[in-house]
Amino acid sequence: MTKKIMEASHAIAEAVKMAKPAVIAAYPITPQTHIVEKLSEFVADGETEAEYIRVESEFGAISACLGASATGVRSYTATCSQGLALMNEVLFIVSGMRLPVCMTVVNRALSAPINIWNDQQDSISARDVGWIQMYAETSQECYDLTLMQFKISEDHRVLTPSMVCLDGFTLSHVYEPVDIPSQKKVDEFLPDYVPYHAILDPEQPLTLGPIGFPSEYMELRKSQVDAIENSIKVIEQVYKEFNESFPVQIKDSRPEEYLHVEEYRMEGADIVLIAMGSVCGTIKVVVDKLREKGEKVGLLKLITYRPFPRETIKKALKGIKKVAVLEKAVSPGGDGPMYCEISSIFYDEKEKPGLRNFIIGLGGRDVTFDRIRKIYSMTKGDKGEKQEWVF
Amino acid sequence: MAILGLPEEEYFSYGHRACAGCGAAIALRLITKAAGRNSILVEPTGCMEVISTPYPETAWKLPWVHGAFENPASIASGICAALKVKGREDVNVVAFGGDGSTYDIGFGHLSGAFERGHNFAYICYDNEAYMNTGIQRSGSTPYGAATTTSPAGKKSIGKEVWKKDLVHVLAYHGSPYVATASIGYPTDAYKKIKKAIETKGPTFVNILATCPTGWRTPTEKSVEIAKLAVETGVFPLYEIVDGRHSINMPKDASRLKPVEDYLKAQGRFRHLFKPERNDKAIKYIEERVKENLHRLTQCAEKCF
Ligand SMILES: Cc1ncc(C[n+]2csc(CCOP(=O)(O)OP(=O)(O)O)c2C)c(N)n1
Ligand SMILES: [Mg+2]
Repeated sequence: MTKKIMEASHAIAEAVKMAKPAVIAAYPITPQTHIVEKLSEFVADGETEAEYIRVESEFGAISACLGASATGVRSYTATCSQGLALMNEVLFIVSGMRLPVCMTVVNRALSAPINIWNDQQDSISARDVGWIQMYAETSQECYDLTLMQFKISEDHRVLTPSMVCLDGFTLSHVYEPVDIPSQKKVDEFLPDYVPYHAILDPEQPLTLGPIGFPSEYMELRKSQVDAIENSIKVIEQVYKEFNESFPVQIKDSRPEEYLHVEEYRMEGADIVLIAMGSVCGTIKVVVDKLREKGEKVGLLKLITYRPFPRETIKKALKGIKKVAVLEKAVSPGGDGPMYCEISSIFYDEKEKPGLRNFIIGLGGRDVTFDRIRKIYSMTKGDKGEKQEWVF
Repeated sequence: MAILGLPEEEYFSYGHRACAGCGAAIALRLITKAAGRNSILVEPTGCMEVISTPYPETAWKLPWVHGAFENPASIASGICAALKVKGREDVNVVAFGGDGSTYDIGFGHLSGAFERGHNFAYICYDNEAYMNTGIQRSGSTPYGAATTTSPAGKKSIGKEVWKKDLVHVLAYHGSPYVATASIGYPTDAYKKIKKAIETKGPTFVNILATCPTGWRTPTEKSVEIAKLAVETGVFPLYEIVDGRHSINMPKDASRLKPVEDYLKAQGRFRHLFKPERNDKAIKYIEERVKENLHRLTQCAEKCF
């Protein structure tokens, strides 16, 4: 085990290296580049045995991962924004074929206007592609979730690809202390890949990716949806196993225990802010300050976003009076994507919190202490519209 | 029906749903025979994918994968990389797609895979249009052919630009083996496909495959018409091995059948003759065919 000050992107590259994928296929895009450059160095220096395919596009990257995974090996890619959008068609195909491809998404805004800075519109727009999604707040979480994603995706009860999402620049390019466990411990946690799914093998010829007629399609879709729904339990188990194998080494670098959500100072809270990703670090500081002043406020940080941990969230928000959903993505012409999902959890409940929706940090707009304080006071004082943009 | 001198084993089985007289289905039989048991096949979306895999049935006796319309070359790249890591580089990776996938929407992937030099063969079954979606023009559709998106009309002679020369584009990627073939000459096609598979590196064969539905030809004449394409010089047969051309058909234009014979045999060119003969268009086609053959012959003499 070593503690290193490292860039979150490098923590991810390190985790990928230690997860020993056989095939890496990726295409550079800001702000994902530091991950793939580091992985290229590892390959160049012989620190990983992985075959690195320098594809001609993100569409090529995800397709090569599909091919590799279908041949029965662990495969990995990383992208964001325009790159993720370009992959979109194949994202559905990979999950529909139940191939456990793993990907990092370094969240970045989408064009137009072209913008390389952070928001989460890219992965949120890809929430319906049938991939598991987890969001990291810190560099340590980036490392940890990357290791965990392979174990989760490859579990025979899951066989569903996954994305670990981290905010571009505000997390990807930040240096923080990270605890890197030994390769031996990683190997124990994540053994060599043994494919549990159908693979391309001349000794056992199988047809993968056939045409499904109306008479079969719905059943196949249902089994895919069931798998991702059921993965919620497997993800819990993997979190638990990780917590046991890798207890916290660096204080505050990650939650004491990985769960679908992290509850921060929610004891006795009247008002809770909900958010995902690096902004939670900023929110925690504001919550601390407000608590010092006697405000009853807490933060609910979502780590697992797909499958959506409805029950966990419902339980966590029980008795809370007001909830502010902060999101770095919009659904033009509709309500905030996460806001909708939180509301739907409570629709049938007698007791439900008042819900507010705050759109924050689009295209890299800073989310400052002041802005979070403003969100808190607007929520507390019932000021403003149901959906507020925090410019 | 067995083809003399070719392996009898069939890996693309009967019972698939191709139209009567489908030339591409013949191409698939040749591809699988040439590939043999120790192979992994990759196919994009298109007629042949649709007719062969109505879940839960399959016509494939070899491992076969379909992802999307654009990406067979990239999927094949991933397979090659995985086989390398598994120490199974003895396995043949054979991708084959229609002309729409190969010439148009999947071209970037194909170019990338050829540049990277993966050890795989890519066979294009070239039926000269998007047939699966109902006979729309592609980059491979010949000049003057009517399709549903390049219909002949008062102001249109059908497709108004020449067929893309993808074979040379791939040769210029530095591929050690590219060739053209026709289902009219199955033994020649088989040999070329086999050579492509056995040659190390990214290789390419473009095999002309009659589509009676799209070309508006009698179903029993598919082989004949695919032959005629060669005999008239419209679709010349040649190989480019390590940059060296060799033509395997009559080089002397005087020994070729008239281009008109080929055009007249197909409904997709009917408007060039009826209600009035379009001399200008027919002449233009004849000229370009001649010019193309001349250029090829020069290449064969001087290399490229
Ligand atoms: C991204 C995308 N665009 C369009 C289509 C619709 N489509 C399916 S097959 C096809 C044409 C296939 O043409 P070709 O590759 O020549 O094969 P053929 O059907 O002629 O055998 C088209 C346009 C698709 N499946 N995916
Ligand atoms: Mg076609």
